[in-house]
Amino acid sequence: MRWRRTIRTIALPLFTLAGVAAVTSGFMVLIHPDSFSLILPFGLPWHNWHIRLDALAGLFLIIVGILSIAAGIHGRSYVHSLERGAESVVALGGFSALFLMGMLLVILADDALLFMIAWELMSLASYFLVAFQHEYAANRRAAFLYLLMAHIGGLLILISFGVLAAFADSQFTFTALRTAELSPLWASIAFTLALIGFGMKAGLVPLHAWLPEAHPVAPSHISALMSGAMLKVAVYGFVRSVFDLNGELQWQWGVVVLFIGSISALMGVLYALMQHDLKRLLAYHSVENLGIIFIGLGLSLLFLATGHYGLGTLALLAALYHSINHALFKGLLFLGAGAILHSTHERDLEQMGGLLRRMPWTGLWFLIGCLSISALPPFNGFISEWLTFQAALSAWQLESGVLRSVIPIAAAVLALTGALAAACFVKVYAVAFLGQARSRHVRRARPAPKGMRVAQGLLAILCIVLGVLPGPTLALLNQISAQLLGHGLPATSINNWLWLIPISNTTASYSAPLLVFALTLTIAALLWLLQRRFIRVRQRRCDAWDCGFIPPNAQMQYSATGFAQPIRRVFGGLFMIEESLNTRSSDGSWRYQLRVGDRAWGLFYLPLVHAVEAAARRVVRLQSGNVRVYLGWTLATLLLLLWLVS
Amino acid sequence: MTTLNWTFAIIQAMIYIVCAPLLVGWVRKLRAYLQNRRGAPLLQPYRDLRKWFIKETRVAHTASPIFTIAPVIVFMTTWLAASTIPLLTLNTPTTALADLIVLVGLLALGRFFLALAGMDIGTAFGGMGASREMLIAALAEPAMLIAVFTLAMSAHSTNLTQIIDYQLGSGFVLRPSYLFALSALGLVAMAEAGRIPVDNPTTHLELTMVHEAMLLEYSGRHLALMEWAAHIKLMLYGVLIANIFFPWGITTTLEQWSTLPIAILAVVLKLMLLALIMVIAETVLAKMRLFRVPGFLNLALLLALLGLLSHVMLEVGV
Repeated sequence: MRWRRTIRTIALPLFTLAGVAAVTSGFMVLIHPDSFSLILPFGLPWHNWHIRLDALAGLFLIIVGILSIAAGIHGRSYVHSLERGAESVVALGGFSALFLMGMLLVILADDALLFMIAWELMSLASYFLVAFQHEYAANRRAAFLYLLMAHIGGLLILISFGVLAAFADSQFTFTALRTAELSPLWASIAFTLALIGFGMKAGLVPLHAWLPEAHPVAPSHISALMSGAMLKVAVYGFVRSVFDLNGELQWQWGVVVLFIGSISALMGVLYALMQHDLKRLLAYHSVENLGIIFIGLGLSLLFLATGHYGLGTLALLAALYHSINHALFKGLLFLGAGAILHSTHERDLEQMGGLLRRMPWTGLWFLIGCLSISALPPFNGFISEWLTFQAALSAWQLESGVLRSVIPIAAAVLALTGALAAACFVKVYAVAFLGQARSRHVRRARPAPKGMRVAQGLLAILCIVLGVLPGPTLALLNQISAQLLGHGLPATSINNWLWLIPISNTTASYSAPLLVFALTLTIAALLWLLQRRFIRVRQRRCDAWDCGFIPPNAQMQYSATGFAQPIRRVFGGLFMIEESLNTRSSDGSWRYQLRVGDRAWGLFYLPLVHAVEAAARRVVRLQSGNVRVYLGWTLATLLLLLWLVS
Repeated sequence: MTTLNWTFAIIQAMIYIVCAPLLVGWVRKLRAYLQNRRGAPLLQPYRDLRKWFIKETRVAHTASPIFTIAPVIVFMTTWLAASTIPLLTLNTPTTALADLIVLVGLLALGRFFLALAGMDIGTAFGGMGASREMLIAALAEPAMLIAVFTLAMSAHSTNLTQIIDYQLGSGFVLRPSYLFALSALGLVAMAEAGRIPVDNPTTHLELTMVHEAMLLEYSGRHLALMEWAAHIKLMLYGVLIANIFFPWGITTTLEQWSTLPIAILAVVLKLMLLALIMVIAETVLAKMRLFRVPGFLNLALLLALLGLLSHVMLEVGV
């Protein structure tokens, strides 16, 4: 009991404070383009740890910082609700702090060793947070899967750094790695390892299957941190190791990243549409959004490697812009899911309904999150997609005909993804917040505590600000590309808060402030007109008409599964659908059962598991149970190693 | 100059509000003629709107604030989207304010609220309409964007003024990519404006329940705004197709007032002709089953992709 209060009054405010510090230092380097580096007086005996803060790191510090501020505020209310629970709040507080420290250190690290140590710290601490409610077997399984994938990914990243270090006189500082002269083949190997390693953490298809298992089972503010911040740390790692450290870029890499990004975006949103567990659905949307970010990065690689620096910069900035946006709206939505979970103890959309009347503030903020993630103007998700489209539409400047036709297809996938995401969030919002409550406990929901509303409001307002003021945001982001690539956007496009002109005046322009001004003005005018002009005409409340059939009740509403049914049917080949109609023996009533499975399991994970099991069966022959045989093996290995070393 | 431009842009936007019901009246009249009926008078849509505005507005007990604000948002986003399309003259400031991608985005914003409103009361019909509308939109939007990309990559711009200017400047050239894009946009327009064979705007029987099903619970001024928005949307697609692919007659600068009557005449003729083509198609075709619609829209997507690829392969660098 005493501990709980300590956590709530000291640890979580400190967590928020750490976020504030991260945001402040991030803004400092973005406003004054400069980099600070420091050699810590500790580390390994022959290698002190290096720390460096440049513009790229600054941006990701801001992302992690903003989310930890919101998570800290939300977490206070969450911990308050746990006061009578059996969960160990000390573990929650301690591992949250380690998790945050890990993420910040990854971003600040300036040598591969510190990077890897911080990376492992981040992965391990988040493992314990995923396993927080470990009394459920499914959660333990998800946590183990997460740990396994995190470690395979970590191993690949380590080897990737190792390849780079081999060409840099075995120096592990990033300064040395930058100067390494790699042959194209070895550079591609390092790139591939980094792509798989960081892609595994980022949840790219087909390595994504752990993500929708692991992210939803953590407490909601941790889910927000994991989806919003930790996935961005993986993006940071990818950008750092490919754009910064890995020397000469090759256009083939761009094609690969573009392809994987497109597949991830499309599959992520399609699987999200099939979910009716709110947090799982949001986790699948993380796969989608990371796909969109990697589409931007792939475009950037393609353009940079073929010498179109202006367009490469634009695509990179679009990807970075989407990284901030995704952190904001996904954090917002996860915190919203947390607030719903807090008030109704329900994660299943099929049980919800009518929550807008019970939780008006949560409903308003959640709506802003839904509009942002669906890439609708004038919110922030639209800006980054618009910038990505603008970069993709300049593909006519490329010399190669194949690339010129590949890029628009990726843009088409992006367009399809956006439209499907809108469908998915109509489903989420309408089923959860509109209509009538589908179960008794949801009907009795109470408004979320103040802390939860404040944390959501903060992120929602930032979503609007980034949607309305893209010009100043791009001006800040421009520092990153100036430092990283040595190129920036043209001056016309950044010193302009009113107009967003990424390439040139005649190519494309968009004025979010004017659009918002026009929208709010006309909507307000029309509302006023309706009130005034027709004041004598009454507006009366009555029963729903519903074509004059019997009055509709809650069970007659469209369900989340029903809403997505046409899409499930159209894209049926992409899912593993198990449908069955059974009679229950007791009362003879029919039951419809539907399971939509992820094809990645069958195509990728299960073969891997079988391969590992087959290998294990071979190795098991060594296990004779006889100590002398084991000693013999040990001696043989030792001799072999000695021979190899000498 | 800029004041003049802005004034004209606002006038042009007002034309959409005022004339959209007229276009719908014309479409209905034509359709009646083709079906050997005399049909309602040309001005009937205005009378309907007036009737709805003065009638009592009823809102269900279970409705949330989304239900009452959605008509306003749908109307305004549709109208703002329409106002970015050059109707009589190029170089209006509104085309710079929002390009073609923003236009698609604004329509998507309106659709989002329309679908939410359909689900809001919690009736089965509304949910059915919303679900189907989002399916159709999800398939139609990419096709429309790719058609837009084809135009944008030819003109090296997503700005509508630039695209139309490019088409004017290149004269009567037969470009395969434009033909593909035109047919794709035509199919998308039929789907998005809720016309036969995708949806039927004249009934709300269960088989055709898409757009009308979402409006079932609306009455009075809310219904008027929703219907008016649908009228504007039809005119928007008409003007978009007419002015992008057949821009001849449009005034390029406001300095030459004398060309304005020609521009008005040209737009009226183009819209009347397009309406005729649409009505003939509607009369000849039958309403499709819902699960045939994805095939229809995939055709649009395929045509748009072919347009894009033929542009990239045949026309770039020539």
